[in-house]
Amino acid sequence: MNKRKSIRKDWKLIESLISQNARLLDIGCGEGELIQLLKKNLNANTHGIELNAELAQKAIAKGLSVIHGDAEKDLKQYSNQSFDYVILSQTLQAMMKPRDILAELLRIGGKAIVSFPNFGHWKIRLQLLLLGKMPVTEGLPFAWYDTPNIHFFTLKDFQNLCKEMNIIIEKSIGLTSQGKQFIIKNNIISSNLFTHEAIFLLSYQNFEPIKIKTANKIFAKNSAIVS
Amino acid sequence: MIESNIIYNDKKDCQIINFENINFKLVSGLSIQHLKIAFKTFGELNADKTNAILICHALTGDQYVTGKNPITNKDGWWSRMVGPNKPIDTNIFFVISSNVLGGCAGSTGPKERNPKTNKPYGGNFPSITIKDMVKAQTYLIDSLKIKKLFSVIGGSMGAMQALQWSIDYPERIETIIHIAGALKHSTQNIAFNEVGRQAIMNDPLWLNGNYHLENKVPERGLSVARMIGHITYLSEDAMHRKFGRKLQSRDIISFGFDADFQIESYLRYQGRSFVERFDANSYLYLTRAMDYFDHSDSYQKSIEFSYKPNNHIRYLIISFTSDWLFPTNENKTIVETLNYLSKQVSFIEIETDKGHDSFLLDEPELDFVTKGFLENNKVLDK
Repeated sequence: MNKRKSIRKDWKLIESLISQNARLLDIGCGEGELIQLLKKNLNANTHGIELNAELAQKAIAKGLSVIHGDAEKDLKQYSNQSFDYVILSQTLQAMMKPRDILAELLRIGGKAIVSFPNFGHWKIRLQLLLLGKMPVTEGLPFAWYDTPNIHFFTLKDFQNLCKEMNIIIEKSIGLTSQGKQFIIKNNIISSNLFTHEAIFLLSYQNFEPIKIKTANKIFAKNSAIVS
Repeated sequence: MIESNIIYNDKKDCQIINFENINFKLVSGLSIQHLKIAFKTFGELNADKTNAILICHALTGDQYVTGKNPITNKDGWWSRMVGPNKPIDTNIFFVISSNVLGGCAGSTGPKERNPKTNKPYGGNFPSITIKDMVKAQTYLIDSLKIKKLFSVIGGSMGAMQALQWSIDYPERIETIIHIAGALKHSTQNIAFNEVGRQAIMNDPLWLNGNYHLENKVPERGLSVARMIGHITYLSEDAMHRKFGRKLQSRDIISFGFDADFQIESYLRYQGRSFVERFDANSYLYLTRAMDYFDHSDSYQKSIEFSYKPNNHIRYLIISFTSDWLFPTNENKTIVETLNYLSKQVSFIEIETDKGHDSFLLDEPELDFVTKGFLENNKVLDK
C-alpha cells in the first residue's frame, strides 16, 4: 500500500526529533511498529492508541502498551503534560475536529509531532485545476467518496492554525514526492508547492505563571491552607 | 515465614496447604484459626522463580484450571487456555491455581470443619472479602518461596482478585490480565446476587446455613440461584442463537408448566448439575464478597499514593462487547484511571455475542492477545 510506504519514510524523521528515554504516546499507532522502533532505538517509554481492534490486538500481543480506543474521545483520560512527545502521524486530516485534537496533543504532551499529506502540493493543485476532479495521488490514494481523510488542508493552512492557536513550530520538515527532505521555511511559496508530506515539531508558547499577591488565604478542598 | 505443611490429597487430586493456628485476620475483624488452601500447579518453576503465574478463578470455579477435574470428571474450567503450547503456556510458565477462601473445593470455607466446634462452619463462617481471598493467596505464594509473580490473571471474580493484587501487593507482580471485571460490583449485579441468595435462604432445607449437620442440601434454592446466574452470564443474542423458541422433546406446547422450551430445560439442567458440585453456603459467601468489592472512589488514590512501587506493572484489561454483567465501560474506567496516572496499560474490547461467559469460551482474539502479552512481556523483562 502506498500509504504504508510513505509512513515508513517519515519514521526515521520522527525518530530524529525525539530524545532518548522519552515518554511518548503514538496516536493511531497501528500494529505498533513505530513505537517498537522508538522503544528499541531510543529506550523510549512508549504508549499507543489505535482505533482498529485488530491492529490494537497485534500491538498488544507484541508486548506494547496500547489502548484500543478513539483518539477523539479517549485523549481526555490522559493528564496534563503526561508525555514528553505525542505523535500524530498521517491522521490529523482524518479527524472530526482537528483543531481540538491539536490542542489536546499539547495539553497531554510537552511536544507534539504531527505529520500530514500536504493538499497544497503542485500535483494536487494541477489535478484540480486541469481535471476539475478531486485529486487522487500517491499520498492521498482514495476516491472522494471513500476517503478516511475528511479534512484536507495545506501546509499554509496548518501554519496559520498554529499561529492562531499560539503554537510554536519548533521544526518543520518537508518531504518531496521523491522522498527528499528539506527544511520548510515560512512564507516561501515553493515549500507549499513541493512538500508532499510535512512533519512538524510543535510546542506551546511558554507563559510565565502569573503570581497574584493577596492577603486573603484560600481554603482548598481538604481545608489545607494555601496562601 | 509462617509455618505450613503441604499434603497431597489423593481423592481431590490436588495439594492442600495447612496453616495451623495462625488466626488469619479478615477485613470484617473476625479471624479464622486454621487456614487451608487447596491448589494445583502446572509447569515448572524456573531457577530464578520469575515465571510464576497465579490464575484466580471466578465465582463457581476452582483450582482445576486445566487437566481433569476429579469432582465433575470433566476438563478443567480453562483447559482451552492453560497447558503446553496454549495461550498460557505451561512449557514457559509455572501456573498456580488455588481455590478461593470461602470456596468449596478444599480451601477453608463454610463447608469445612470449624476447629472450635469440630463441625462444619455452615452459617457461622465469617464474612469474607476479595481482599481476604488475595491475602490468603499471598500465604500460599510465600510458602512456595515465590517473591514476585510474573502475572496474576482472572476473569469476573478472578479479575477482582487480580485487581486487588495490583492494589495491595503491587511490588509482588509484574503484570496483570484483568478480564471482564470492574472497579465495583454494580447495583444490578448486587440485585441479581440477592435474588440468588434469597432463593437459597428460602429453601426450607437451608436451615440457617446448618444443613450439613442434618445431612440435607438446599438443592432447590441453589439450583434456582444458578439458573438466575446463568442467564446473566449469557447474552440475549447468544441465548436466542442457541435456543430460540425451540421446544424441548415435543412438537406442541403442553399448556402446563413443564419445560416446554429448550431454554427452560437447559436452565433446569444447569441448576441440577450445579448442585452436585457446589456448596450453597459458599455461593452465599462468595457472592457477598463480590458485592462488597468497591474501589470506585479509592482506586486512583490507592495507586497514586501507594508507598509501594507500581510503575513497573503492565496491565492488560479485556472486555467483551456483549457482556452486560461487567460491561466495557466498567472495565474502561480502570483503563482511564491508569492512563490518567501514566501507568503502562493495554486495553482491548473483543467483539462477541457470547456475553460475560466469553472469557471461558472459544474466543481466538482473547487467546492471541493473552499469549502475545505474556510471552513478549516476559522477553522484554529480561
